[in-house]
Amino acid sequence: MTAAFRGPRPGRLLSGGVPLLLILLFVFLSVAGPSIWGEAASASNVAEANQSISAAHWMGTDDLGRDILARTLVATRNSLVLAVVATIVGGCVGIGLGLLSAMSRRLGRALGALINVLIAFPALLLAIFFAVLFGIGSVGSVLAVGASFAPGFARITQTLTASVVSKEYVEASRVLGRGPIYRTFRHILPNIAEPVVLYSTIHIGTAVLALSGLSFLGLGVQPPVYDWGRLLNDGLTRIYVTPGVAIAPSIAIVLAGLTFNLAGERLSDLIAGRRSAPSARRSQPRPAEPAPDPAGDGGGALVDVRHLRVTYASADGRVTTPVRDVSFTLAPKERVGIVGESGSGKSLTAAAIAQLIEEPGHVEAERLRFMDADLLTPDDSTRHVLGRNMAMVFQDPGEALNPAIKIGTHLIEPAVIHLRESKPDAKRKALDALRAVAITDPARRFEQHRHELSGGMKQRVGIAIGLMGEARLLIADEPTTALDVTVQRQILRLVDRLGARTEAGLLFISHDIAVVSELCDRIIVMYAGFIVEEAATADLLESPAHPYTSVLLAASPRMGLDKSRPLVAIDGRMPGPDADLPGCYFAARCPRADATCLSDRPPLRELADGRRAACWHPLTEPGDVPTSEGATI
Amino acid sequence: MSAGHEVAGTPPAKDGAEPPAREGARRRAGAGRWVVFAGRRLVRLVLSLLVLLAATFIMVHLIPGDPVQTALGDQATPQMVAQRRHELGLDLPLPEQFWRYVTGVVTGDFGRSIVTEAPVADLLTTRFPNTLRLAGPAFLLVVLIAMPVGLFTAVRTRGGRGRHVRGWFVNVTGLLNSIPDYVLATVLSLVFVVTIKAFPAAGDEGLSSYVLPVLALVAGPAASLSRIVRVEALKVLDAEYVRAAKARRLPTGLRYWRYVLPNMMTASLTYGTMILAGLIAGTVLVENVFGWPGVGTVISQAVIQKDYPLIQGILLVLGAAVLLLNMVVDVVLGVLDPRSRLGEL
Ligand code: SF4
Repeated sequence: MTAAFRGPRPGRLLSGGVPLLLILLFVFLSVAGPSIWGEAASASNVAEANQSISAAHWMGTDDLGRDILARTLVATRNSLVLAVVATIVGGCVGIGLGLLSAMSRRLGRALGALINVLIAFPALLLAIFFAVLFGIGSVGSVLAVGASFAPGFARITQTLTASVVSKEYVEASRVLGRGPIYRTFRHILPNIAEPVVLYSTIHIGTAVLALSGLSFLGLGVQPPVYDWGRLLNDGLTRIYVTPGVAIAPSIAIVLAGLTFNLAGERLSDLIAGRRSAPSARRSQPRPAEPAPDPAGDGGGALVDVRHLRVTYASADGRVTTPVRDVSFTLAPKERVGIVGESGSGKSLTAAAIAQLIEEPGHVEAERLRFMDADLLTPDDSTRHVLGRNMAMVFQDPGEALNPAIKIGTHLIEPAVIHLRESKPDAKRKALDALRAVAITDPARRFEQHRHELSGGMKQRVGIAIGLMGEARLLIADEPTTALDVTVQRQILRLVDRLGARTEAGLLFISHDIAVVSELCDRIIVMYAGFIVEEAATADLLESPAHPYTSVLLAASPRMGLDKSRPLVAIDGRMPGPDADLPGCYFAARCPRADATCLSDRPPLRELADGRRAACWHPLTEPGDVPTSEGATI
Repeated sequence: MSAGHEVAGTPPAKDGAEPPAREGARRRAGAGRWVVFAGRRLVRLVLSLLVLLAATFIMVHLIPGDPVQTALGDQATPQMVAQRRHELGLDLPLPEQFWRYVTGVVTGDFGRSIVTEAPVADLLTTRFPNTLRLAGPAFLLVVLIAMPVGLFTAVRTRGGRGRHVRGWFVNVTGLLNSIPDYVLATVLSLVFVVTIKAFPAAGDEGLSSYVLPVLALVAGPAASLSRIVRVEALKVLDAEYVRAAKARRLPTGLRYWRYVLPNMMTASLTYGTMILAGLIAGTVLVENVFGWPGVGTVISQAVIQKDYPLIQGILLVLGAAVLLLNMVVDVVLGVLDPRSRLGEL
C-alpha cells in the first residue's frame, strides 16, 4: 500500500484495494465502534472540558469534557447507517417511479415531466424542503435525504429502462401478451440492476455528506444522538476556543465521501472492464528495413513520398506500425487513387501527407514533400502553402463541419486567412463556390448550420470549402462512403468536373476499387501498410500483377469482368499494425505463396510494363518465377 | 474502362435536389426558430415556477399538526391561535388560499414571519442579494477555472498520453470533489481565520471576507466540472471538424476559439448546470460557517422554529434562482449551439 502511494502512476494511487479496505474499516467501526469507544465517548468530565489536542485526548474534548476522537469513531455507526437507509429509501422511491413510468406511455410522460422539474433543484434544497415536511431528527432527515435522491434514481431508471424496453425480448414478451408487471420483473429489473447498484454505491457517499450537512445546519439528528455533521457543528461553535475539535469529524466526513466515490468508480471500471475485455496485443518495435528506392527522382512532383512510415506508441510503450513503407509520387494534375481494405494504412498515408498525424502518432520518411514544402521540417510558410494549395474532403460529410458555426464561416475562413482576402470578397467567392458545387439558394445555405443540410449537401459544402483556396491538390478520404448510391454518383461527378476545371491533382482514397477506377489515372493498392501494386488504371484492371489486386478485383462486384481470372476467396485476415513478419505480409492468404514469400520481403519493384508490384511471383509473368536474387537487382 | 462509362452514362441528376417536405421544414425552422425556442423555454420556466409555488404552498398543509399552534407554542390559547389563523388566512378554503399565496408572491408579498412578525419580503430583499453576491462570483469562478483546466488536461492527455497528468488530475479532482463545502469552509476558517488570522472572522466586511467563502464554494464544483470538461474536450478534440480545421491550416488559436471551445461548452454546460445549481444550495451551508448575512443563515433557524412563511419565502427565492439559472444556461447554449434551439441535441 505504501508502494502504491509512492508508485509512478498516481492514477492507481487510490484505486484497487484501498477503497475496499476503507469500506471494511468503516463497516468495522459501525459495528464495533460504539461498544469499544462508547464509554469514552459519553463519559463527561467537566474538569477536562474544552481541551485542545493533547496526549490524553488526541482530538481534544467537547464542552462536557468528552473525547472528540471517541465520539467521532462512535458516530460512524449513525452517520453510515442513516446514509445507507436514506439511499435505500431514495432508491426504492426513485426506481419505483422510474419503473412505473415505463409501464404506460401516458404515465411515463407525466412522471417524466415531473422528474424533469424536480431534478433541476439541488438535492440540498429538496432535502431542506422535505426536512420541513418530515420534521427535524433522524427519521426526518433520512426521509428528507432519501426523497431528495428519488428524482435522480427515477431518471436513471427511466433512461436505462427505455433502452431495455426497446430490446427484442421485451418486445417479444409484449407480443406474447404479458402484462407490464411481468415484463418489469422478468426483463427490465434484472437488466438495469447493475448500473443502478453502481449509482447507489456512489450515492451512499453523497448521502453521508448530505445527512452530515443537514445535521451541520441543525436540521438532522438531535442531541443526545449525534453524527459527524452534528460533531462538526459543535466544533464550529467552539472553533475559537479549541480549534482542534473540528478536525476529527471533518476527516471522517471527507474520508467517507472519498471512499464511496472511489468504490463506485472502481466498480464501474470493473463493470466496464468486464464488458469489453481488453485484447492483449503485443508488438515488437523493430524497425523494418527500408526497401530499395523504387520511386525514381520525383522532381517536379506535386507530392513526393519516399519510405513513409507511420508509427503509434501506446501509453505502455508498445509501438504499432499501421503504415510500414510507402513511396510514390503524384505529378501536377494527376489523379491517383489509393485502394485497400480498412487497416491497410491508406487513410493514414493521406493524413501523413496532409500533416494530420497527431500524437501519439509519429511520421518518419526519407522524403515527404508537397510542392516546394518539405513536410518533414515544416515552418510557418509551410502552413500557408498547405492551407492555400491543399484541400481535403473527409469521409463523414456531416462530422467534418463544425456544428457551432455557420456554413459560410467555414467557407470564408481559408480565403481570409491564407489568401488575405477581405471578408466581402471572400463571401462573394464563397457564394460562387457553393454555386459551383450545385447548391441551390447559396445565400441561404451560407447562413445555415450543418444540421440543416442533407448528407449530400454537406459533402458538396466540403468540396466547396476546398475550392476556396487555390488548391493544387485535393485529398479525398472516402468522400462517398457515408452517402447513398445516387448521391455518391453525384459527388463523384462533381469531383471529376471540378478537378478538370481547376486542374488540381487528386489523391482519392477508397476501399472500393470500382469508385477509384472511375476517377483516377493511376491506382495504388495498399495492404498491411505497404504499397503492393501501382499501375495505370487500365493496366491494373486488365491484368493485375499482384495476387492481392486480383483478389480485390474479383471481390468487387462491378469489376469482375475477366472471367478467366481465377476467383479466389480471401480467407484469413490482414496482419494488424502490430504484426512483424520477415516475409510478404500477404503470404498467409496468398495462393501463390512459397517458402521465399515467408522468409523474404518482396520489394516494390518495376515490372516490364512500367508498373510496380511487391511480389515474388507476380501474375503478369506466369511461369516466370523470379528468384529473390533476381529481384533485388 | 467500362465502369467509368457506366457512371458517365447515367443521366445527370439534378444537383442539390432535396425532398420538398424537408426543405419546407428547414425554412420554417430558419424563420421563427428563436421565437419558438424562447417561447418553449419560457413556458417551461413558468410551469416549473408553478410547481415550486405549489410545493411550498402544500408543504405547510401537509405538515402534521397545526403550524400556527406549533409556532406559537403550547402556552398559546385557542383564541390566540384562531386569531392568528385568521390573520394568516389559514381559515379560508384551500384554492382561495393558494390564489392569495400566488398573487401575494407575484406582488412581492411573502407574508409575515410567524416568529418576528416582520414582513418576509423585507428580510429577503436585504439578505438575498448577499447570498447572490456569494453565489455569483463563485459561479463565474467555477466556469472560469473548470473550462481552461479541463481543456488543458484534455490536450495533455489525448490519445493515452500524459498518464501522470491524467492520474494527478483524476486524484486531485476526486479528492476536492469529496470534500463537502461546509467541511472545507470549516477547515479554511480553522486555518486562515483562527490560526493564521489572515482573513476576517465572519460576516461581510469588504473584499477580503469574500475570499474564504467563495473558495469553499468553488473548490468542489470546479473540480467536478473540470472532469466533465476534460471528457467533453477529449471528444471534441477528436472530432472530424477539428481535424478538418487543422487540414485547412487554420491558426491554432482560431481553431480552439471557434471549433473546440463552443462545442466543448455546449456539452459541458448541459451537464454542468446541475453542478452550478448545487452552488446556490451550497451557499446555505457556507454562509452558516462564515456568518454571512444571506438567506442561508436564516433558513436553518426558521426550520427549527417552524417559521413557515419565512421558509416558504427562502425556498421560493432559492428555487427560482435555480430555475432562472437553468433558463439562462439554456439560452446561452441556444446562442452557442443552434442545434439545442431546435431540440435536436
Ligand atoms: S510475394 Fe509471395 S506471398 Fe506475397 S503476394 Fe507475392 S506470391 Fe503472394
